[in-house]
Amino acid sequence: MFDALSDKLQGVFAGLKARGKLTEADIDKAMRAIRLSLLEADVSLPVVKQLTKAISERAHGSDVMTSLTPDQQVVKIVNEELTRLMGESSVGMPMSPRPPTIVLMAGLQGSGKTTCCAKLARHYQQQGRAPMMIACDVHRPAAAQQLAVLGEQIGVPVYKEDGGTDAVAIATRGVAQARAAARDLVIVDTAGRIVIDEAMMAELVQVRDAVSPTAVVLVLDAMTGQDSVNVASAFQEAVNFDGVVLTKLDGDARGGAALSVRAVTGRPIFFVGMGEKVDALEPFHPDRMASRILGMGDVLSLIEKAEQTVDVDDAKDLQKKMTSGQMTLEDFLVQMKQVRKMGPLGQLLGMVPGFKALAKGQDVQVDEGRLDRIEAIIHSMTPHERRRPDVINGSRRRRIAIGSGTTVQEVNQLLSQFQQMKKLMKRMGKGGFPSLPTA
Amino acid sequence: MTGDAEGREQLERWAELFALAPPPAPEVAEKRRRGLLGRLRENLSKPRQTISPQIAGIFAGTLITSDTWDELEEALITADCGMDASLALVERLRAQEAEGRITNGQELARALATEVARDMAPEPPKLEIAHDPTVILVVGVNGSGKTTTVGKLAHRLAQLDQKVVIGAADTFRAAAIDQLAVWAERSGASLVRQAPGADPGAVAYDAVASGKARGADVVIIDTAGRLQTQRNLMDELRKVRGVIDKALPGAPHHTLLVLDATTGQNGLSQAQLFDEAIDLSGVVITKLDGTSRGGIAVAIHQTLKLPVAVVGVGEKLEDLQPFDARAYAGAIFTAE
Repeated sequence: MFDALSDKLQGVFAGLKARGKLTEADIDKAMRAIRLSLLEADVSLPVVKQLTKAISERAHGSDVMTSLTPDQQVVKIVNEELTRLMGESSVGMPMSPRPPTIVLMAGLQGSGKTTCCAKLARHYQQQGRAPMMIACDVHRPAAAQQLAVLGEQIGVPVYKEDGGTDAVAIATRGVAQARAAARDLVIVDTAGRIVIDEAMMAELVQVRDAVSPTAVVLVLDAMTGQDSVNVASAFQEAVNFDGVVLTKLDGDARGGAALSVRAVTGRPIFFVGMGEKVDALEPFHPDRMASRILGMGDVLSLIEKAEQTVDVDDAKDLQKKMTSGQMTLEDFLVQMKQVRKMGPLGQLLGMVPGFKALAKGQDVQVDEGRLDRIEAIIHSMTPHERRRPDVINGSRRRRIAIGSGTTVQEVNQLLSQFQQMKKLMKRMGKGGFPSLPTA
Repeated sequence: MTGDAEGREQLERWAELFALAPPPAPEVAEKRRRGLLGRLRENLSKPRQTISPQIAGIFAGTLITSDTWDELEEALITADCGMDASLALVERLRAQEAEGRITNGQELARALATEVARDMAPEPPKLEIAHDPTVILVVGVNGSGKTTTVGKLAHRLAQLDQKVVIGAADTFRAAAIDQLAVWAERSGASLVRQAPGADPGAVAYDAVASGKARGADVVIIDTAGRLQTQRNLMDELRKVRGVIDKALPGAPHHTLLVLDATTGQNGLSQAQLFDEAIDLSGVVITKLDGTSRGGIAVAIHQTLKLPVAVVGVGEKLEDLQPFDARAYAGAIFTAE
C-alpha cells in the first residue's frame, strides 16, 4: 500500500535527467521524500531526523549532484545509512558457557511473547539443546495454559503453577527444577505490561533479579508505531534487555520500529517472527530489513528459501524436460508443490524487488485456493493421463471434474494453459526468449 | 459511595452506547461533579504526561509562528496519525488561522481538539442492541486484545441486564478458549465452545443458534487473530460472517476491528483489508492506558470513515469505555 522509496525518488528526479544537473532544491525534495517514506514505515521521528541529516550531508558531499542516475545514488546512500544504523551483520542470542542459559522474555501485551517462547524453544531444540519453559504470566487468563499447550506441541517441558500469583516465586522454583532436570536452556515467559505501570515493571525487575538471566529479550510487534522508542527506552531502563525479537513480520508492516529500537537502545535484533507456526522464526538480517523498510523487496530471503526447499538435481532434471518439451503434468505438479512449499506465493512475490510497485494499487495476492484446485484436478487424473494429457477426452474431463470437485471448464482451462506453457518452454529451450505477447 | 456514583455514571454512558434503558436510578441521583472531559483526562492522565512537554509548549505560545505548525505536525506524526492525516489537519487549522479564528496557542489547542474529534468519530458512537439477538463479531490481528475486549463488553452488557452468549470462534490459538472461558465466568455470560481446532464457522453458527434458542439479547463472537495479509484466513473470516448471516439473517449487526493503540501506519492496512473482507462497522482501540496515542484511528477515520466505538484503558473488567471523541482529543492534545 506504500510506494517504495525508490519509486518516490524516481518521481522526484524524473525530468531532471534531461536537464542533466541537480540543484540544492532537488536534493531537498529528495530528502522530504525519504522522510515521508521512513515515517510511513513507522520509523520514529527523532530517528528519521537523525537519518535524513546524515543522508543529506552525504548527498551534498558526494557525486549525487552530477550523477546520471541520482535516484539510484540516493537510494544507495539511504540503504547504506539504514544498514549501518541497523548493525552490519546479524547477531545471535548469547548462550551461557555454563549451562543452563536462562532467557527472560519481556514486552507489551499482545506483542507475542508466549508464542515467541515456544518458537525459541523449538529453534534451540532443533540445534540439540534441551529447553524448558517457565510460565510466569500470572495476569492474563489462561496464559500458562497456552504455554503448556505449545510446549506439548513441540515436546518441550513447561513449568507452571496452577493458581499461582507470585511470578517471582514461580520463576525461582521453575529455574531450580530446570537445573535439577539438567535442562540447558530455560525460557521464562512473563506477563505483558505497559511501561508506565510501575508495579508491573517492578515485578519484571524482581523476576530478572531472581533468575539472573543470560539474556533479557524484548519482544516487539513489527507493527508498532512511533511509540516503539518510548517502549524500548523504558524496558531498557528497567531491565536493560540484551536484544529484540521482532514479531508478526509476515504481514505487510514495514517494521520501522526495528530501526527505531536499534537506533535508540543500540540493542541488536536476534530473531524475527514470520508466522503463526512454531517454526516460523528466522535470524535477523539488517541489510534485508533495510530494504524492507524502504519497500525494496528482499531477494536474498527469496533465494535462501528456494535453496532450502528445492533440490538442485531435481531442478536440473526438470529444466531439461521443460526445454525439450517433455514436461508432463506430473512434473508440473511436483514443481508447483515445491514452489508452494516456500510459502504463500503472495509473500514470495512481495520479496521480488519492484513487484509491489508493479502491482500498484492492485491485489498482489495470489489466489491460493485456485492453486489448491489445480492440484486437486491433477490428483484426480490417472498416472497415464498425467503423462499423456492428450488422451483426456470429454468423458475423462467430466470424471476429473467430479473427482476433484471442480468444473469441466476449470479442467479445460488447466489443460490448455499447460499446453501453452509447454510450447513456450520449448521455444525458450531452442534459444532466445519468445517475444512476449503484447496486450 | 462516590465509587458507586462513578460506576453508575459509567454504566449510563454504556446504556447510551448500546441504546438500552439506563440502569434504575439509585435513591438520590448523584450530581455529575466532573464532566466527561475530566473523567477521561483522569483515565488518560498517564499517557498525557509523556506527550505533554512537546505539545504543551506549542499551546503555551502566545503567537502562532511557522515553527508552531512544524511542531504541531511533528506532534501529530509522533501520535501515529500518519503523514497524510497530520498534514490535512494542519492545513485545516492553518486555514482557520488565516481567517483570524486562531491567534494564540490556547485557541489552537481548542481548534485542534475539535478537528481531531471530528476526525475520529463525528457523532457519539453507537452499538445498538436492538435485535433478537444482536450479534457482534470481533476481529483483529494477533495480540490486539480481542478476547479481553469481548470479555469486557460482555461484562458491561450483563450489568445492563442483557443476556449474553459468547461464541469462542478462536479455535486456533493455544488456550484461547480457556482464556475466554475465564472472561465469560467473570462476566456471567454463557460460553458456546467446541474443541480446539474446530471450524470457527461452526462455532459461530452454534453460538447464534444457541443465542436464539436461549432468548439471549446479545451474541458476541470472538475470532482468532489474523494478519490482514493472510488470504486464506481472511477468506475464513468471510465465511464466518456468511455463516452468521445464515444463522440469523441480517447478522452480524456490528463488526468491530480491535486495534492496538501502539499500532503504527500498518493499522491503516489492517482497517482497509478487514473492511474489504467483512465490512467493518467500527473500531475498538485497546491499550490506550500505555504511552501511545492511538492516532492511527484518526487516519483510519479519514480514509475509511470508520468511527471508534469503544476504547480499552486497562486490564480490569471495567477498563473499557464508550469512546468520547471530544474528551479523547481534549485529553490528549490539550495542555492543562
